[in-house]
Amino acid sequence: MSEKIGVYVCHCGSNIAGVVNVAEVSAWAGKELAKNGVVIARDYKFMCSSLGQELIEKDIKEHNLTRVVVAACSPHLHEPTFRNACARAGVNPYLFEMTNIREQDSWVTTDKLEATKKAKALIGAAVGRVVYQQPLSSLFVPIDPQVLIVGGGVTGIQAALEIADSGRKVFLVEREPTIGGHMAQFDKTFPTLDCSACILTPKMFDAGNHKNITLLTWSEVEKVEGYIGNFTVTIRKRARFITEDLCTGCGVCWEKCPKKVIDPVFEAGLGYRKAVYTPFPQAVPNYPVIDHENCTFFQKGTCKVCQKFCPTGAIDFEQQDEIITIKVGNIILATGWDLFDTRKVPNYGYGRLANVYTSLEFERLSNASGPTGGNIVLRDGKTVPKSVAIVHCVGSRDQNYHPYCSAICCMQSLKFAHLVEEKTGADVYNCYIDIRTPGKGYEEFYQRLLGEGTHFIRGKVAEITDAARNASEEGKLIVQVEDTLIGKQRRIPVDMVILSAAMEARHDAKEVAQKFGISCSHDDWFIERHPKLDPVATMTDGVFVAGACQGPKDIPASVAQGAAAAARVLSIIGQGEIEIEAATAIVDDVTCVGCTQCVSSCPYQAIEFQAERGKAYVIEALCKGCGTCVGTCLPKSITLKHFTDEQIVAEMIGAMTVMKSFEVVAPVPVEVA
Amino acid sequence: MYEPKIIGFLCNWCSYRGADTAGMARMKYPPNVKIIRVPCSGRISPELVLRTFREGADGVMVLGCHIGDCHYSTGNHRTAKRMPVLKRLLEYSGIDSDRLAINWVSAAEGEKFATVIKEFTEQISAMPPFAETMKMEETK
Amino acid sequence: MKKYAYFPGCSLEKMALSYHVSTMETTSRLGVELQELEDWNCCGATAYFHIDELLAYTLSARNLALAEKENLDLVAPCAACYKNSYFTNEYLKEDPDLAEHINFALEEDNLKFSGNISVHHLIEIFVNDIGFEEIKSKVTNPLEGLKVAAYYGCQILRPKKEHLTVEEPVFFEELMKSIGATPIDFAERLRCCSAALIITNRHAALSMVRNILHNAISSGADIIATACPMCQVNLECYQKQVNQEFGTDYSIPVLYFTQLVGLALGISPKQLRIGSELVSTTPALSFAKRGSPNP
Repeated sequence: MSEKIGVYVCHCGSNIAGVVNVAEVSAWAGKELAKNGVVIARDYKFMCSSLGQELIEKDIKEHNLTRVVVAACSPHLHEPTFRNACARAGVNPYLFEMTNIREQDSWVTTDKLEATKKAKALIGAAVGRVVYQQPLSSLFVPIDPQVLIVGGGVTGIQAALEIADSGRKVFLVEREPTIGGHMAQFDKTFPTLDCSACILTPKMFDAGNHKNITLLTWSEVEKVEGYIGNFTVTIRKRARFITEDLCTGCGVCWEKCPKKVIDPVFEAGLGYRKAVYTPFPQAVPNYPVIDHENCTFFQKGTCKVCQKFCPTGAIDFEQQDEIITIKVGNIILATGWDLFDTRKVPNYGYGRLANVYTSLEFERLSNASGPTGGNIVLRDGKTVPKSVAIVHCVGSRDQNYHPYCSAICCMQSLKFAHLVEEKTGADVYNCYIDIRTPGKGYEEFYQRLLGEGTHFIRGKVAEITDAARNASEEGKLIVQVEDTLIGKQRRIPVDMVILSAAMEARHDAKEVAQKFGISCSHDDWFIERHPKLDPVATMTDGVFVAGACQGPKDIPASVAQGAAAAARVLSIIGQGEIEIEAATAIVDDVTCVGCTQCVSSCPYQAIEFQAERGKAYVIEALCKGCGTCVGTCLPKSITLKHFTDEQIVAEMIGAMTVMKSFEVVAPVPVEVA
Repeated sequence: MYEPKIIGFLCNWCSYRGADTAGMARMKYPPNVKIIRVPCSGRISPELVLRTFREGADGVMVLGCHIGDCHYSTGNHRTAKRMPVLKRLLEYSGIDSDRLAINWVSAAEGEKFATVIKEFTEQISAMPPFAETMKMEETK
Repeated sequence: MKKYAYFPGCSLEKMALSYHVSTMETTSRLGVELQELEDWNCCGATAYFHIDELLAYTLSARNLALAEKENLDLVAPCAACYKNSYFTNEYLKEDPDLAEHINFALEEDNLKFSGNISVHHLIEIFVNDIGFEEIKSKVTNPLEGLKVAAYYGCQILRPKKEHLTVEEPVFFEELMKSIGATPIDFAERLRCCSAALIITNRHAALSMVRNILHNAISSGADIIATACPMCQVNLECYQKQVNQEFGTDYSIPVLYFTQLVGLALGISPKQLRIGSELVSTTPALSFAKRGSPNP
């Protein structure tokens, strides 16, 4: 045996040594596994400590170890630690193997003898495997410094500005005619009650005028190809029917346009816009868009009023969608959220009872630049409500809809309560399940509201109805709710109800995730690489998520994530080139029959069929090393590096051999003829 | 007393982490299953399972992420399709297909992991040792 | 002609005779044959399922087995009969052990439950099998201007089916539209009529009836339409008591939907047994006189 293997058994204080007889295990390994190449076996208190690592490094040098096995905790914890130690001492990190005798042995086994036996079997497996491991080196690919950001809400704007300010080029793609997102619709922001537009519009302006930011509004990403550092993105820039170079944003076109339509997006269905429009006066860019569906010219063939009045001749009814292809190295998804459709809760009567509003509608109602000029009035447009109920957790924390807490609604409802009270003096009833105010200044805001005389009723609203039962209920909306703090059913007659609806993932989040090669949780939120330690990266290198597309969050959290994603991207760009996964698959051209089974099995389109050679080929930079192709390949032509059949079988045999050695050989009964 | 020898092929992202979670919660389960970590349950070709039986394993487990949660997006879809076919092949070859377990355990499901291991170990313990059944097959 | 096994239940024999008669009159004109289940028994009503589930299921399963013998789907006009039969059918199909148990008892009667028929409420036959278009085409006397509070009650909605969404059903209103009537916006349409509560808690039951009546009347209804004998009794017969208890003066007729459909089809009020109610239908239906007698 030419290989020299070192085996190190960790005590982990008493975590392992308390159950597994580590001294016996290391002695056993040194003796019994010598035939497998083990030349040295030690046990040590804390292998992961610097002393433990130095021990390995010293042994490698002194005993010329060629391979190393550490039996300790989960490789998810310390595999990198020991790989680095090996590398420092000159052993390729892929010639190191770690086996888990803590989480998967000492912590889960009661019988000390059994635990010791299991540790031996696991070490036997690791030694069996490590012999067949191959030195690997990582692949480096250059990084294109341009960045794509999808979604122009506050998160996307923040990320774009951070990256652009550092001198890198950013493409900011937005589906709507303007950037700004939901935040542009809001009235005030909690808990400081500063005007949402006042703090957002300067950022929008900066993004719109930054020399390093290319705004692509009214546009959508159609296709994404490539991998970290080298994405090719196809974007459809939908026809605005406005020549951007000529348009000055003077607004004559929408002043003169005869077609008035309800604005379901920006005004949440409460206000009107024209068929040619900018969603709001501070829109960035301020070129209008012609709404094809509603434009009289497009629908009936005559009108063109806007064209007649446009002083610069910027209206172009012939304009076509434009397909733009860009090359970027990294992508940040900040696609935001949708409001839960409150019609799905029919017992709350939204859509049937006129004065039941969604939270987004209320934002517009209360907004000074909204359809009522900031006057809080009922749907008749003039009556000021004397009493208002705010229903929390509509569509969230509800097994029938979304089980999750939507995070922002408590604070938003408190804000609404304050605004209603301040503007109308109405009685406000907050019907909540729990009040959740985790955030700087949030609890203080709640305390302030308690002092302002808002009624707080702890109970989930059962129903909102207009079926009055007595004179005091006539003409009112009645909120039926159990006040769980006093243990009584209550019927509260009010003039207006605001449903604090949940934030939910964008309706097309799944398609978007697929397009960018990332995954969604079962609620359709984008999944981050690690929920705590890597919240903005995804499992796809070079694709980051930020803001509410990853889960419900408020403005400060979204902005923080936008900046965080930008920082991650900048650090990658700064590296110039990036190391990609070494454990990739490789096709053996000699045995590959070109059946293409692997091509369809690959979740990452990392395998292409090269028709001219009649062979499959793995694009290493795209391969994530899952090995699904290996499991699929019939002639066994694909090998997944570091997880070869040879290695897995050796590991299995290693474990089996040790297990068999423990079997008491029963005396063979002598058959007497 | 016969101690069954079981090999568990666990995907690195969900099931292996589920096993770690069980450990962190100090859940106790029988020591018979020896875990082999693979990137994805989709990596497990039928040959690897057959080879493991050939080495005398009494049971084999293939554990992956829940469908929809695969770290590699759709790797476990292959497992879900492949393993039932393999079970039929086992039956055809005279191997009780209950000796092969396929299950989905997420990284959070420590308790489920412990239960799955316990139940499978009990199930295999109730069967005769695999080597013996093979001898019986041969003598038939 | 589509044929069903008809399970009238006890109410339709006596108290809700008008429901039975109008059902027969209308269905025959709409191309549906209802063949009364021979030797049917009680569905178990409300009480039996709470006293002895197994016996209650057996009782209900017997009706299903009878219908299976005829190879006909079961139709019940009474909401309680429908709910009990429907659930028994579903539970027994889901639980083969229970079905086996019950079949052991049914064997005595040479009957067997095998779960191969479906159970429908009468209104489902009108809505799904006959259909609004077909009804519309047969209407000779559209009930124009009649404002109907279409009252679903609770039990016909409990077996969740695709078309019978529990929270937001519209089929009863649509049915009323198909005969030319105007369904009103009626918030309490799904509220419980108080069922048998009148026996144990009179005040609570009457206040439940009051809430429904109040909402129907204040929403402008001329008449309440029901699809259940119990709802009909509670909403109509207790109006006097409600008025005494709460000092109100409610007076609104309550008819079965089959009676209203019958009128629209041109069947005479007498044939539909309209006229025997406690609350007169005359003011509400005064225009119906214009309708032709039996064509």
